[in-house]
Amino acid sequence: MRYLPKSPADRAAMLKAIGLRSVDDLFSPIPAEYRLTRDLAVPRQMAESEIVDWFKQRAKENGEGYTSFLGAGAYFHYRPVVIDALVQRGEFLTSYTPYQAEFAQGTLQAIFEFQTMISELTGMDLANASMYDGSTAAAEAVMMAARITGRDSAVIARNMHHEYREVINTYATHQEIPLKTVPFTDSGQIDLKELEKAVGDDTACVLIQSPNFFGTIEDVEAIAEIAHKRGALLIVSIAEAVSLGIVEPPRTADIVAMEAQSFGVPVGFGGPYCGVLATKEKFVRQMPGRLAGQTVDKNGKRGFVLTLATREQHIRREKATSNICTNQALVALMVNIFMTVYGKVGLRELAKQNLAKTAYAADQFSKHAKVLFAGAPRFNEFVVETSEAPYAINSRLLGHKIVGGLPLKKFYPELGHAALWCCTELTTRSMIDTAVGLVAESERSVRNMKDPEPEEVVR
Amino acid sequence: MKTKHITRKATRHISQNEGLIFEKSSPGKAAWKLPPLDVPEVDTAKLLGKQERKDLGDMPEVSEIEIIRHFTRLSTWNYAIDLGMYPLGSCTMKYNPRVNEFVARVEGLANGHPYQAEKISQGALQIMKTLSDCLLEITGMDAITLQPAAGAQGELTGLLMVRAYHESKGNARKKILIPDSAHGTNPATAATVGYAVENLKSNDRGMVDVAALAAQMNEDVAALMVTNPNTLGVFEQEIHKIADLMHAKGGLLYMDGANMNALVAKTRPGDFGVDVMHLNLHKTFSTPHGGGGPGSGPVAVKKILAPFLPTPAVITNADGTLGFEYNRPQSVGRVRAFYGNFGMFIRALAYIFANGPDGLRQTTEDAVLNANYIRKGLEGVYDLPYSTPSMHEVVFSDKVQSKKGVKTMDLAKRLIDYGFHPYTTAFPLIVPGALMIEPTESEPKEELDLFIEAMKSIAEEVEEDPQFVLDAPHNTRISRLDETAAARKPVLRWKP
Repeated sequence: MRYLPKSPADRAAMLKAIGLRSVDDLFSPIPAEYRLTRDLAVPRQMAESEIVDWFKQRAKENGEGYTSFLGAGAYFHYRPVVIDALVQRGEFLTSYTPYQAEFAQGTLQAIFEFQTMISELTGMDLANASMYDGSTAAAEAVMMAARITGRDSAVIARNMHHEYREVINTYATHQEIPLKTVPFTDSGQIDLKELEKAVGDDTACVLIQSPNFFGTIEDVEAIAEIAHKRGALLIVSIAEAVSLGIVEPPRTADIVAMEAQSFGVPVGFGGPYCGVLATKEKFVRQMPGRLAGQTVDKNGKRGFVLTLATREQHIRREKATSNICTNQALVALMVNIFMTVYGKVGLRELAKQNLAKTAYAADQFSKHAKVLFAGAPRFNEFVVETSEAPYAINSRLLGHKIVGGLPLKKFYPELGHAALWCCTELTTRSMIDTAVGLVAESERSVRNMKDPEPEEVVR
Repeated sequence: MKTKHITRKATRHISQNEGLIFEKSSPGKAAWKLPPLDVPEVDTAKLLGKQERKDLGDMPEVSEIEIIRHFTRLSTWNYAIDLGMYPLGSCTMKYNPRVNEFVARVEGLANGHPYQAEKISQGALQIMKTLSDCLLEITGMDAITLQPAAGAQGELTGLLMVRAYHESKGNARKKILIPDSAHGTNPATAATVGYAVENLKSNDRGMVDVAALAAQMNEDVAALMVTNPNTLGVFEQEIHKIADLMHAKGGLLYMDGANMNALVAKTRPGDFGVDVMHLNLHKTFSTPHGGGGPGSGPVAVKKILAPFLPTPAVITNADGTLGFEYNRPQSVGRVRAFYGNFGMFIRALAYIFANGPDGLRQTTEDAVLNANYIRKGLEGVYDLPYSTPSMHEVVFSDKVQSKKGVKTMDLAKRLIDYGFHPYTTAFPLIVPGALMIEPTESEPKEELDLFIEAMKSIAEEVEEDPQFVLDAPHNTRISRLDETAAARKPVLRWKP
């Protein structure tokens, strides 16, 4: 086996040194009746070339070469090549959690820089080293808010990603945190009047997503006012990180629960991604997840360590802020490098291109179909309502190697034949024009079915 | 460096200094270039109004070469498996094959969207199905979810299913039994699922005290969370009795699979009475630790728990194609958006392919052989608190050295000077001053011999000059860091 660095002679010498006759003696602690005496029924040992071929074949069956208009929590953005060049350095790739700080300063300083940039972009005081993803970050933020306020219910916007809401529900159930859902208005934004009614003296937090699931930007300040008036915290979930380049960050929020996948992480069929929590300084001791902090060594030299570990499971066990241990460190490093590449000016220009593409696409679609929620500002997603069911349209688009918008009926039955479309800087004008053309064709043919041509009537 | 104690594995080397990226920033530098816009420019003020962001604060402005040097310099300050043995106990720091990284980046897999039609997702689904089948065969279980993002989330998922199972019987029960040798995630997870934690003490051989378990087991106990081999590296020889005791009173047996590297292809948890367990793909199945993550924590269960698995599940349709099933009324719900850390599934499956049944068996044998070789080499030099046979890891204590005032952490810091990453210190909690050593199968005999030599040399140094060891590390860029100051007045971000 090519990964194993021992010759038969090495093994024999080692067994002899231990004083054993055979390898079986090493496994004598396992009761004989439970010892496996056959080969596992897994595929036979493969050569590296066979492994590569097998996965390349699977890739061909997986939409390779398709153009996609999907977003909904997983966004296609350009990934600068320096990201993979750097994260594949063995010293980052094959190191452990940096508990032995003197031997892990590279990882620790990188985390410190990550925390700084996330704080800066979200408008919060500080950020942690990462969480699993945006959905679990949001769930952990709800539990964090319950601990801070000593209250036990949460109010959640219905225009938040449905899968995020499902995850929050899973976590909240056994924390005995009841969840109230607040509807959205014709603008796609949260209904402020309903929100006002839903928030009470037992509300630990209001949780919204902005830009929300429909791509619409929420009036965070107004929502914060409603939450804070009743002593509740405001948590803002951000699923599309690139929006932070051009959209005012939720400075009035108490916790930001973010998904940073847009910052240089492959869409990769849903993971691994990079969740992260950011918050106000006064709440840091209730925040879960690892934190890198600056300190000095014996000679006064600057260095970094993992700190405030008394929040964590390996110290506090059942009294910890969370059970999280492993996080998404290497993915956070991708995010870190992406943020460094684009920086102060590039992130804004990148976000501006996303905005322009989306404005163009929404404009083109609106000439042939109905673009919903037009009244509010949006980032890179928009909802298109068609006469024909989006599934049928999408199935035709697939024939042109185009993946259309996400049909919304399953999550929002009242939206009927609506789909969520997404454009980023990678979406070209010709892709948009082709997709719009096909949707227009569908609209025309549905109209023709309803209104037969007059000459046909004559004949 | 003292001449007598030469560190044969490592030597001093020039190391570049490097500041924070923000300290290199200056307006006008850039590492990016966007293509020309092929649609009309937009008036951002008009589109966004008061929502428009004008300033990105103290984000850096640097060039590409500076970024490459910055992160490359930082990387050289890390130790890594690629540099040598990384004997962290219970962490299974094995070789991370490069072909795993290669196939995970193949276009089509790296760019698959989680919401693209199932018709054009058959490749990804096939990967999930094949990995699931392999893991079920390896564990001897009946059904599996790949959704949990890491081991601790696997525990959470497993206990959610335990709870749902008991609720379906009319009583969720109140507590989870956890041995005193367990990882901190076990009790933290039990609390997250709303269960009280009751400690179970280990016997003098370092195993679950079966008599104590019999006394503590009753109808209030939902499950026992056991790690096998446990954190002492000891196989729970009475595991079948433990399972019977739990089952007799309607309880379930949860196995923390952190130490599965000792068992693959040699024995199967499903065969010795485990009802639910998680695996760590980043330990047993070679996906990289990456400085702390990402992990992946699939949960495998027996038939009785299958209805409660998270949604969606991968299923085979009538026409032979694969798909996701969302309609599972008894499911515990969703623990993570989308389907889990898919990129880790690719890597773990590539590892299984590279090994095959014979390679997996040889891997386990080598892992256990290596641990026992170290045990033999250091026995008598360091105190061995439990003489019970070791599987894939061995736990010593600093009992001898602490007489000179030198503790496990000091020994660990000195080991850094010898060119090794330290073992796990001060864990498991049942061994005061523990040195928990897991070499994995990835170490050649030469590396193990160097490690044993280093550990022996350090033991001698403790006798000759304990202060020298207490002041270690001596050869790193920085000396020991002030962790107390870091926690007392936290500086968690750079400020201009």
